[in-house]
Amino acid sequence: MSYPEDLRYTKEHEWVRVAGDVGTVGITDHAQKELGDIVYIDLPKMGALTEQGKSLGSVESVKAVSDIYSPVSGEVIEVNETLAQAPEKLNQDPHGAAWLVKIRMSVPEEAKKLLSAADYLAYVGAES
Amino acid sequence: MEQSVALKRTPLHALHVSMGARMVDFGGWEMPVQYTGLLDEHHAVRKTVGLFDVSHMGEIEVRGPEAVRLVDYVSTNAASRLHIGQAQYSALLYEHGGFVDDILVHKVGEQHYFFCVNAANQEKDFAHIRAANHFAAEVDFTSDRYAQIAVQGPFAMRTMQKLTPADLASIGYYWFRDGTVSGAPARIARTGYTGEDGFEIYVAPDEASRIWNELLEAGREFGIKPCGLGARNTLRLEAKMALYGHEIHASITPFEAGLGWIVKLDKGEFIGRAALAKQKEQGVRRKLAGFEMRGRGIGRDGYEVRFNGTAAGWVTSGSPAPSLNKNIGLCYLPASEARPGRKIDVMVRNQPVEAEIVSTPFYKRAKTA
Repeated sequence: MSYPEDLRYTKEHEWVRVAGDVGTVGITDHAQKELGDIVYIDLPKMGALTEQGKSLGSVESVKAVSDIYSPVSGEVIEVNETLAQAPEKLNQDPHGAAWLVKIRMSVPEEAKKLLSAADYLAYVGAES
Repeated sequence: MEQSVALKRTPLHALHVSMGARMVDFGGWEMPVQYTGLLDEHHAVRKTVGLFDVSHMGEIEVRGPEAVRLVDYVSTNAASRLHIGQAQYSALLYEHGGFVDDILVHKVGEQHYFFCVNAANQEKDFAHIRAANHFAAEVDFTSDRYAQIAVQGPFAMRTMQKLTPADLASIGYYWFRDGTVSGAPARIARTGYTGEDGFEIYVAPDEASRIWNELLEAGREFGIKPCGLGARNTLRLEAKMALYGHEIHASITPFEAGLGWIVKLDKGEFIGRAALAKQKEQGVRRKLAGFEMRGRGIGRDGYEVRFNGTAAGWVTSGSPAPSLNKNIGLCYLPASEARPGRKIDVMVRNQPVEAEIVSTPFYKRAKTA
């Protein structure tokens, strides 16, 4: 799996795609592989305020549960409701259809400081 | 500074990596946790056949004219009641009745017993048995001489039968035979840790890769899958088989763990007997019980169990049960409360989630003719 160039990545294995002041957030392919078959996804409610590095929710697989940390600060303006009924989508398309939330960013420059695709790839390569 | 310790590897390590398995640290061993996916692998074992590398498990052998006396002295089950070619589930205990380990004891000959023990406990077990050896017996640590492969599932026998002249159908559950697999000497035991029919085979390490590949080929027509420790855990949990470090450890006795059937108090003296006899007389205060989640969530190892807001016990293992479409788990509770129908709350990330005590095992295979 390749890591799209237009995403920014965290060391906690989330990604954010920035369009204007809205960041679409998900977890990486590496994260879904580490977790294995995903059975539950807990996401924040619309309107929730979050900060960079703060827990946004959790992803639970057959094996383990893992926190999702917000890659950027701001307000949750959209939640991917399709995942509640079909959490396995996160195993299938983690960088696309299985995005988690959209956040109206209060500090847009935060995203610029996150890892590039190449840096993230080097990081997970080194980690495994 | 943290010392980096090299993980131990099984003889099949290179094969796992080349087949794309995801490798993890399991008690100091670099083991495959999954190949294609935990759920696929779990279902393969329930419906067809799965292949597991369990070479990390340890082997200890006891020989000599008083071998049976030593085995009976260090373990809870009655080794003296085994026939040659028969195996039994048993336990090594401390004097206070807590577990050193849970083990399989195989009677190879009148003066030869073969133990299969947990990977992370093997050195501890060996030292424990040696320290108790006041008999005319020899104790050998022979883990390096064996690779172990588990072939499990309803098509395990048909898969294995292609590779061995031994009449597998004539080997009863918890019996074993020394024969050959793929032409190599093998101890073939009808045992397992999945709740399905199947075999565990002990072979020389340098034959393991060839046998593994031939088993995969033999099972291809049935849809055999190589399986990782992830599926092994969900399979054993559905069958309510104990896992050392979770359901059993040094602070838990066999009676508390629901394993009274492997304790033979009438067989004579053994390590832990006095403590167990006393506990039997007084009754256990806590007991292992199975639960099903009623609310949304999964009770996992270490989560607190509450009654009406008060701490009452803890979860030892918990997971979705792929064959049951439920979230299940095991927990310790006050003995008087460990009855089916009892409602409990499991604290899932600081939120109480309702669950109910149920009878176990959660999964029992249908008996085939």
